[in-house]
Amino acid sequence: MNMHATPTPDTPLLSVRGLTRTYGARIGCADVSFDLWPGEVMGIVGESGSGKSTLLSCMAGHLVPDTGEVLFDMGGTLRDTLTLSEPDRRRLGRTDWAFVHQHARDGLRMGVSAGGNVGERLMAVGARHYGDIRARAADWLDRVEIAADRMDDRPTAFSGGMQQRLQIARNLVTGPRLVFMDEPTGGLDVSVQARLLDLLRGLVREMGLSAIIVTHDLAVVRLLADRLMVMKDGRVVEQGLTDQVLDDPQHGYTQLLVSSVLQV
Amino acid sequence: MTDYNFAYLDEQTKRMIRRAILKALAIPGYQVPFASREMPMPYGWGTGGVQVMAATLVPEDTLKVIDQGADDTTNAVSIRSFFERTAGVAVTEATAEATVIQTRHRIPETPLTEGQILVYQVPIPEPLRFLEPRETETRKMHALEEYGLMHVKLYEDIARHGTIATAYAYPVKVEGRYVMDPSPIPKFDNPKLDSAAIQLFGAGREQRIYALPPHTRVVSLDFEDHPFDPSRADHPCALCGATDSYLDEVITDDAGTRMFLCSDTDYCAGRQAAGHMGAAQAGAA
Repeated sequence: MNMHATPTPDTPLLSVRGLTRTYGARIGCADVSFDLWPGEVMGIVGESGSGKSTLLSCMAGHLVPDTGEVLFDMGGTLRDTLTLSEPDRRRLGRTDWAFVHQHARDGLRMGVSAGGNVGERLMAVGARHYGDIRARAADWLDRVEIAADRMDDRPTAFSGGMQQRLQIARNLVTGPRLVFMDEPTGGLDVSVQARLLDLLRGLVREMGLSAIIVTHDLAVVRLLADRLMVMKDGRVVEQGLTDQVLDDPQHGYTQLLVSSVLQV
Repeated sequence: MTDYNFAYLDEQTKRMIRRAILKALAIPGYQVPFASREMPMPYGWGTGGVQVMAATLVPEDTLKVIDQGADDTTNAVSIRSFFERTAGVAVTEATAEATVIQTRHRIPETPLTEGQILVYQVPIPEPLRFLEPRETETRKMHALEEYGLMHVKLYEDIARHGTIATAYAYPVKVEGRYVMDPSPIPKFDNPKLDSAAIQLFGAGREQRIYALPPHTRVVSLDFEDHPFDPSRADHPCALCGATDSYLDEVITDDAGTRMFLCSDTDYCAGRQAAGHMGAAQAGAA
């Protein structure tokens, strides 16, 4: 997996400037700006309807924002991904970028075996040797703790946690530099969640990934994220280092959010 | 015959179809949409091929129609008589004598020559359909040459069956650009797509026409370690003894006795007339 560019410490990997998206009169997200540095994991939290998924979709190119720029480090220069040509943008989406959906069914091909799901991205970037594709798929299934004898099973035969791990393997196999995650642990029970978080944390550290994680679960960002952005009504109300924001929340809404977590 | 316009379709429709054909020939392998007409036969019986045929025919043509290689099956006989009646053109069963050949899922064994036109009936023109059902998305994939998905299908074949089990409608890449479904011909016929004749593909229900101009480079997709293999039943023809033709397996009694025959009836008859003899003939003689 030696596909990462060496991080250049003086330029951010991703730079978002003044991103705004409205749905008619309603605001999706408004005037969001931040930088993401290589190897950094950014968490975006907020309640339902606070615009975090809209923001993520705009950054990943699934939605077209009304105004703003999404600059990505391509070969040392920052380029606006919103003005890239469609072939370039789609190529980015299957090489340097990855997107982990909340529901694994949105990100997987349910009619194709686990091995085929992982191999698809390899074949999409030109791999044409069956043995190699299979070996790399097997390697990745092993890394996400899916048993080798499940390789030729379809994801329909997998549990929710396994589907989510398969989706992660499928996304990381081409060694992306930036991963977008939309509630990666949503809908999983807590013990499965814990294992998935453990796995994600290991992979992120090991591969030096940069990631943007959208979630409403503060425990997830506490474990994974270096920095945190809190959104309310489409606007960023507070951002800073994760521990700082969670231990000493400044904005009233963040204080409410932190104090709402159930203590067991 | 005076009751119908020449070759059944009206001139404006033929003109529209000819424009689609010309465009298809100019962009080999690209699926050109056309306004498919209601034909006096059900969808799935070759309405696309018949329309392309009607637009291609001229009164001097000699017509041959085959269905799975045979000249004498229902579909072949009725389409041949349809054009005999509505166009009044000459018909033949000999591949070499025909100027236009309409085919259902086979390519004749006798090599085609320049000046001949082969018209295919196509049920599903979109090779990516079964993995990506959205037509908007598959069109984009064709436009941007994103064909990784086609190999996912072949990968699945090998993972499940040990070899590429796709035996018909085997996807091909045309001139290094478009991935094309060669209609449900057996993959044995794929190497013959590289032909001196003009090949036209018509899908009536799906309203698409695509084409291969003569001598177009057509490559069957495969993996480096699982190369394309145009497989064939490992028998000689029981009637003519041919070992180079595509064979039909025919069950001849309730005890499971079977024989293998050339699927191309004209080729088989030609060989028998030339004195070649298979096991069945030798036993009877």
